[in-house]
Amino acid sequence: MHTVRALLPLLLTAGCKPPPDEAQHMPQADPVRGKQAIVRAGCGACHVVPGLRWPQGQSGPSLEGFADQGLIAGRLPNRPDLLVAYVRNAPATLPGTTMPAMPLTDGEARDVAAYLYASGKR
Amino acid sequence: MTSGSIFAVFDPAGPYAGSITTLAWVLIAMFVAVLAVVIAALWIALRGSGRLKARLGGTRAIWIGGIGFPVVVLTALLVYGLTLTRHLTAPMPQDAMRVRITGEMWWWRVAYLDPSGRPFMLDANELHIPAGRPVLLELESNDVIHSFWVPRLSGKLDMVPGRRNTLPIQADGPGVFAGQCAEYCGGPHALMGFVVIAHEPAAFDRMMAARRAPRPVPDERGRQLFRSTGCAACHRIAGTEANGMAGPDLTHVGSRRSLGAGILPNNRGTLAGWIGDSQAIKPGNRMPPYKTLSAADLQALAAYLEARK
Repeated sequence: MHTVRALLPLLLTAGCKPPPDEAQHMPQADPVRGKQAIVRAGCGACHVVPGLRWPQGQSGPSLEGFADQGLIAGRLPNRPDLLVAYVRNAPATLPGTTMPAMPLTDGEARDVAAYLYASGKR
Repeated sequence: MTSGSIFAVFDPAGPYAGSITTLAWVLIAMFVAVLAVVIAALWIALRGSGRLKARLGGTRAIWIGGIGFPVVVLTALLVYGLTLTRHLTAPMPQDAMRVRITGEMWWWRVAYLDPSGRPFMLDANELHIPAGRPVLLELESNDVIHSFWVPRLSGKLDMVPGRRNTLPIQADGPGVFAGQCAEYCGGPHALMGFVVIAHEPAAFDRMMAARRAPRPVPDERGRQLFRSTGCAACHRIAGTEANGMAGPDLTHVGSRRSLGAGILPNNRGTLAGWIGDSQAIKPGNRMPPYKTLSAADLQALAAYLEARK
């Protein structure tokens, strides 16, 4: 039920922009768990995260509208597999980036990516 | 980070919080009983038969219900309350562990004291204690009035500039207990949290011994950066030239559970975010944002601090 509700915006806009939404579909990940992982890891220390009232850090870019964003960190194509890898271990995925590796399991990183795609619509 | 049940006051984890919780339940039970009596009297006054009304309005009812009952009940409560909470102000064992905690805007300075009362280890925002043993806290303030409160371990006690208040705490078992400044102290008062970690006594002794051992700091780059970017002006890291005392001691920052005074999880990412722009996280706190650091420097500093266990 949670999954359905969280994915509702995705479904509603599916007709407007089919290609990116198709590409961002993550059936095995849970955006609700993703938000919990975001709070636990403290992503808000650097990022404005949609749906998170505090903290709204300014050291990193805002993640509002992330689903519609073209590139991850301005360099990588915005695809689920790359986003999952970047969220978990950014320096290994994109050497030279400021974002450090975060204490997330692979499953948590997938949930975080799903949350960013489901909530980050402009 | 310092969230958890808002009913922590009804979930004591040690004797000092326990007696206060017991007293609270007794008071709540009394409140309910007295409220029931008042409602009953009100019902009689509005709807009762003439005979009951006459009794309720008589002189005898006033003597018994208005004077006798409160005097007896409140006296009993006073005696019970003072007896129950006697241990809160009883002298502590001579060898009890002592820690001085000083309220600062908007964090906590922590100094572990030796038997003669001198600090032998400095820390901030988190307190490690052995489970099952009483610990005496000396509470002070360097600026305004703060109030120290870890609801599951003790009552709250104000930290008053120029005074030293003492508060015993004890955790019956190992665990992590959230605290919060309980007296409005300006700006980010609501983000002035605290964490108490109770360990098994053997594990506690091992941890303290490890902390007191000489600590080599092999990361020369991080150490240089810590000095050249100005961190060392406000922060101390034992074993290095960084000796600033205005801000929290960072000798053991990597082993903390939280950052920013009990408010953020502690990892390399949150460390970097805090250094880069703590003002976005805790507006008004006294650490300036360091937005001019390069990505590499910010990473190196975060890694350096993460390794300060």
